[in-house]
Amino acid sequence: MKKHINWNLVVGLILTAFILVLMIIGFFYTPFDPNKMSVLEKFQSPNLRHLLGTDNFGRDILSRIITGTKTTLFVGTSTVVFGVFFGVLFGAIAGYTGGWIDELIMRMNDALTAFPGILLALVLVTVLGQGKYQIILALGIIFIPSYSRITRSGFLQVKELEFAKSAKVFGASPFRIMFVHILPNIYPALLSAITIGFSNAILAEASMSFLGFGVQPPDPSWGRMLSESQSYLFNAPWYAIAPGIIIIITVLGFNFISEGLRRKFG
Amino acid sequence: MRYILKRIVTLIVTLILVSGITFLAFNVLPGDPALVMLGTDASPQKIVALRQELGLNESLPKRYVSWIENFVKGDLGKSIRFAEPVKDLVTKRIPVTFSLTIMSLLIIFIVAIPLGIFTAKKEGTVIDTVITVVCQINMAIPSFFLGIILMILFGVILKFFSPGRYVDYNQDFIGFLKYMIMPAIAIALPNISIVVKFLRASVIQQMKQDYVRTAYSKGNSENKILYRHILKNSLITIITLMGMIISEILGVSIIIEQLFGVPGIGSILIMAISTRDFPLTQDLVIYFAFIVVFINFLVDILYQVIDPRIRIR
Repeated sequence: MKKHINWNLVVGLILTAFILVLMIIGFFYTPFDPNKMSVLEKFQSPNLRHLLGTDNFGRDILSRIITGTKTTLFVGTSTVVFGVFFGVLFGAIAGYTGGWIDELIMRMNDALTAFPGILLALVLVTVLGQGKYQIILALGIIFIPSYSRITRSGFLQVKELEFAKSAKVFGASPFRIMFVHILPNIYPALLSAITIGFSNAILAEASMSFLGFGVQPPDPSWGRMLSESQSYLFNAPWYAIAPGIIIIITVLGFNFISEGLRRKFG
Repeated sequence: MRYILKRIVTLIVTLILVSGITFLAFNVLPGDPALVMLGTDASPQKIVALRQELGLNESLPKRYVSWIENFVKGDLGKSIRFAEPVKDLVTKRIPVTFSLTIMSLLIIFIVAIPLGIFTAKKEGTVIDTVITVVCQINMAIPSFFLGIILMILFGVILKFFSPGRYVDYNQDFIGFLKYMIMPAIAIALPNISIVVKFLRASVIQQMKQDYVRTAYSKGNSENKILYRHILKNSLITIITLMGMIISEILGVSIIIEQLFGVPGIGSILIMAISTRDFPLTQDLVIYFAFIVVFINFLVDILYQVIDPRIRIR
């Protein structure tokens, strides 16, 4: 029988591994100091010394991209962790308990999803201020509804199954039933959503930084590099292309993984 | 009929919740809005005067009620930065954002529906795989990056249009349309991929149904079946998607407007946030949210009009 290769998963893992390697390299070595400005070296197109060229301050773009990997992955991961933690928590409580608690949580979910995501993020950024941690909080909050919905529907199905009911008969506490018995049976659907969450988080962070509300200088951020490059599209198009391509690679990687997981777990 | 009434009630409840959340977000958090707007070295008299003008000394529920009253009446107050009534600022920009949204939607449907059906028809072939992969890549591209690429491609290399030289629709309507095509494409492209993906899945699923087999055996051509019978059933999936897509388009248009220098609601929102103009931001956010909620409501109604099976429930 022909071995069935899950191409999505393979391609996704390769792309993501590439990004992770980039990040790890960034901890130890970058070709140049990402923040070092050098008026003499402004606007160099990609050459042997500066593999991706330099920007308007003469900073090496490749180094900034490598350093930006750390920031972006940190923000992305924190956002997803925050969203998943609270989303699963609320969804579990809603799905398991039912009744008015369920209604309440679902109404709040609907209200949250009534806003376009970016809008909500902008609102939260306005009142919380700008910066790395505020963005994580703002985006995390936006991610809560979808995870709570997935968890809740999973719980609604699983809690009627035999093993869950017998756990209850045995006197297990609700908390234990929810997280030791039911939750582990839900994780396939969640996993696919979590990986998509990563790519959405990275896109969202890039958008926020692009608008100027995200990670602040001098922390390099792919999104902000894109916005800075906007004024120089005529002189230095490579300044815009590099961060864009790396964002695409990262997001593609997570998207393929998510698709691969979805096909694997049905 | 009863279904519609139920939906209207849900609509009103959601609107109240949404306005409540927005109001709370802007008025409960630490920080004195007047202080923030005037800067820390403003004189105490100015701060007091501003607080009085904004009605910040009233109680919270009272402020909420009067804000809603004013909003409904159309009086959105004065913007601090522009010294113009907010209403005038906003009215000029609404048609711009509206046109952008409509153009993007048109592009999405004109391209995605035939493409989706075509890919479903060719399921399993090389063309299908190629298109699917291209769509995957498309969805991974941030819209604003796409916008930048389009700007480089058409603005710098082909010199087809000049970014930043927005044309007012009052002065030159054709020029306005020509300028708006670029931003509309930037918004439309990722959504085309989403629609194609879902439409393809839906059509493939439909093709396995009995009624399709019957149609074939009656002698209908493949295209006729696809477009006349299957499309109608897949339309339901599309309409459900529509709600989500419109919401996303409105959100993305904020960024795209900023990128292309289009003076719509989105770009003024960014300006309001950057200058910490709380009253203006508050009103614009509510305006946006209301539109999204209302459109989702319309989609819901449309949904049950199109599919009689849902009405009976």
